[in-house]
Amino acid sequence: MSKVSEIIKNPTLTYHQQVLALARLAESEDTTLPLEPAFKQALADHTLCDLGEGVAPYRPRYILPDYRILMKKGCAFLGLTPPQDIWEACNSLLIFYKHVPSITSFPVWLGNLPELLEPFHKEEAETRKALKLFLLHIDKTLTDSFVHANIGPKDSPVARIILDLTKEMQLAIPNLSLIYDPEQTSDDFALACIDCMLATSKPSFSNHVMYRADGIGEYGIASCYNALKVGGGGYTLPRIRLYECATKANGVEDFMDRVLPYYAELLLRNMDTRIRYIVEESNFFTSNFLVKEGFVKRENFTGMFGVVGLAECCNTLLGISDPKQGYGNNPQAEALGVRIMDRLEAIVKAHKGVYCEGCNNQYVLHAQVGIDADGRDNSPGTRIPIGAEPQLPQHIQVESHFHKYFPSGIGDIFRFDDTWNYSQEALLDIIKGAFASGMRYFTGYNADNDVVRVTGYLVKKSEIDKLDRNEASLNNVSSYGQGAKYNANALDRRIYDESARQ
Amino acid sequence: MPMHWIVAFMMKAPVNNIIDFSNVDGPGNRCAIFFQSCPFSCLYCHNPETIRMCVHCGKCVATCPTHALRMEAGKVVFETSRCVKCDTCIRVCEHQASPRIQMMSVADLCEHISKLKPFIRGITVSGGECMNQAAFLLDLFQEVKKMGLTCLIDSNGAHDFSKYPQLLALCDGVMLDVKAVDPHFHQKLCGADNAMVLKNLDYLLENGKLQEVRTVLLPNEKEQNRKTVSYVSARIKDRSQYKLIRYRPYGVREAGLKAFGNQTLAMEEVAELVEICEKNQNHLCRIA
Repeated sequence: MSKVSEIIKNPTLTYHQQVLALARLAESEDTTLPLEPAFKQALADHTLCDLGEGVAPYRPRYILPDYRILMKKGCAFLGLTPPQDIWEACNSLLIFYKHVPSITSFPVWLGNLPELLEPFHKEEAETRKALKLFLLHIDKTLTDSFVHANIGPKDSPVARIILDLTKEMQLAIPNLSLIYDPEQTSDDFALACIDCMLATSKPSFSNHVMYRADGIGEYGIASCYNALKVGGGGYTLPRIRLYECATKANGVEDFMDRVLPYYAELLLRNMDTRIRYIVEESNFFTSNFLVKEGFVKRENFTGMFGVVGLAECCNTLLGISDPKQGYGNNPQAEALGVRIMDRLEAIVKAHKGVYCEGCNNQYVLHAQVGIDADGRDNSPGTRIPIGAEPQLPQHIQVESHFHKYFPSGIGDIFRFDDTWNYSQEALLDIIKGAFASGMRYFTGYNADNDVVRVTGYLVKKSEIDKLDRNEASLNNVSSYGQGAKYNANALDRRIYDESARQ
Repeated sequence: MPMHWIVAFMMKAPVNNIIDFSNVDGPGNRCAIFFQSCPFSCLYCHNPETIRMCVHCGKCVATCPTHALRMEAGKVVFETSRCVKCDTCIRVCEHQASPRIQMMSVADLCEHISKLKPFIRGITVSGGECMNQAAFLLDLFQEVKKMGLTCLIDSNGAHDFSKYPQLLALCDGVMLDVKAVDPHFHQKLCGADNAMVLKNLDYLLENGKLQEVRTVLLPNEKEQNRKTVSYVSARIKDRSQYKLIRYRPYGVREAGLKAFGNQTLAMEEVAELVEICEKNQNHLCRIA
């Protein structure tokens, strides 16, 4: 069967998913973008991965429009005047969202919703009704869990309504992050976020102090947990798969001196080529209204250098076959991880990126959350393999060593039992400690939720069940969740419970 | 290690276990330290191996699959790094003890606690019965307070708190078990009298040190459950939290299982007890 007819006949795809799959097929089968033979070989060897970006990119991967301009000035191309009340504000945003491109064809960043909508909040009941319809509209039309909204750092009536509705509606879309700053975020607001997170697996907590210290400027948390400039974004996110790289090395020193630099530089050159094509050949930066009307600026974009499989890389290089004895439970493996990341960071920083003037002409490291095809070979980013998680304190402390390397995003997911619903303050203590210890992004959920975080994105377990029954799921991402569940045991992470007291 | 931890604290106490992050031993995230030995011997104890001190009979040594235990000069020596926590030694012990006890100084504990400091708001000392180590606790609390952390005591109330004013002054609150108010039933349940427990209940309440009272609700003991919950809730009103813990058979020894079985308490019976609390103006009651 041809790839086209496979898509046409697949019973689990909605019409819209078919259109997207057919479009993706076209951009991945084209021969427009010149690829080095060595890069093609690396793709074949799975040492590098283009994360489905294909060979004819026609938009930056992730775009974070400055929606404040829409609120203040409206949008000429879309014929929108500045909104006057909560209904117009929500309506303008919903219209605008449908014209924000991305790798998924859905907007991966919806803006900081309380910041955008607070000026229009007058009366609780009316705002609640408007936001309920707004969130429902998003879930049913922006049908992809990489759609991501932000709240915080400050408490506000709109943020509280969003939390209430998020808990009440139990929807997988949008993803949600709290920009957390202990100086600005009250404990009461943080606890309301934890209450919602335990029940709905969102919002996640994002360490604002750490991002600010990185000098990223105004940023948003998009897609899974990508920190990118507001009014800019990320051109591309190819990945190095460190486990496969480790299998190409004759020992640790060979990995450090030959293998790692070879693949890292190959990937960086591919990023240069890809970005040049997006900027110089595709029409995005010349004719898209987002650029023309100043919603985004080219210099606010950068390239994201994705990393997966640090744990398996360290274990392989040290000859450790049992993950429970390796990275996450073994200081020697973690020390090697730090050495590898120091080296990789130096290589990436030394490379002069193209068309990323607003980011010091540098690309940024990103701890990619993995794709279902990674299976168990490469754990996401620098995470500890599922099934080998140590006790919670050790888990957090190991992870914290690695978060500083990834200014464009890294994070881990913690699964909790019911006792944490009665001790949410304890969770806040832990998040505060984790952030003070260098953790960048923290997320968790209750083991028995329907909405669960798979690797970075949210799915409903009930939607995976639909796919298992060969029925279609409205959310594009449910199929990734299904793959991650069966190929990578992504729903089986350790439950941190009261009874795991030893 | 700071000098003041080393100086003067040569005293050591038997530590059964340390839980770095606990969300069930008082408010917030806490480091819970469990000391060995207890003057009570409750039938439903979940950790009967914490009750007595090791008598060095050596019976467990040969059963250890990883050779983490050995006899040395008539004493059982435990090597932490070899232990896989299979609990075989605890199962074979005939003395309600454990060979896996570490004798720790205040300095040892403070070194451990200081690593957790960013993540916790305090420590909770528990057991066994931690008040068996009251003198040690005084030294420990003095040091932990310097770190800016709170100190809670989890106690069965067997020791007279009024005799430890210095310790109580440093302590941020006591979580007191009131297992039964009926003295005969308490004797049967715990192998000890409860007059001191009830005295402590009043004393801690009067002195504003009662953080929480806990009562385990037992299957087939409707009357005793009702008696205890009525007494305690009428006493504390809303001046302290009251945690009603449903009996769970997990970890309970043979004699306990024989007395209370493998079931837990029906929710209707719990609801009735919560109603008693409400009537007595204790609105801070929680079921666990």
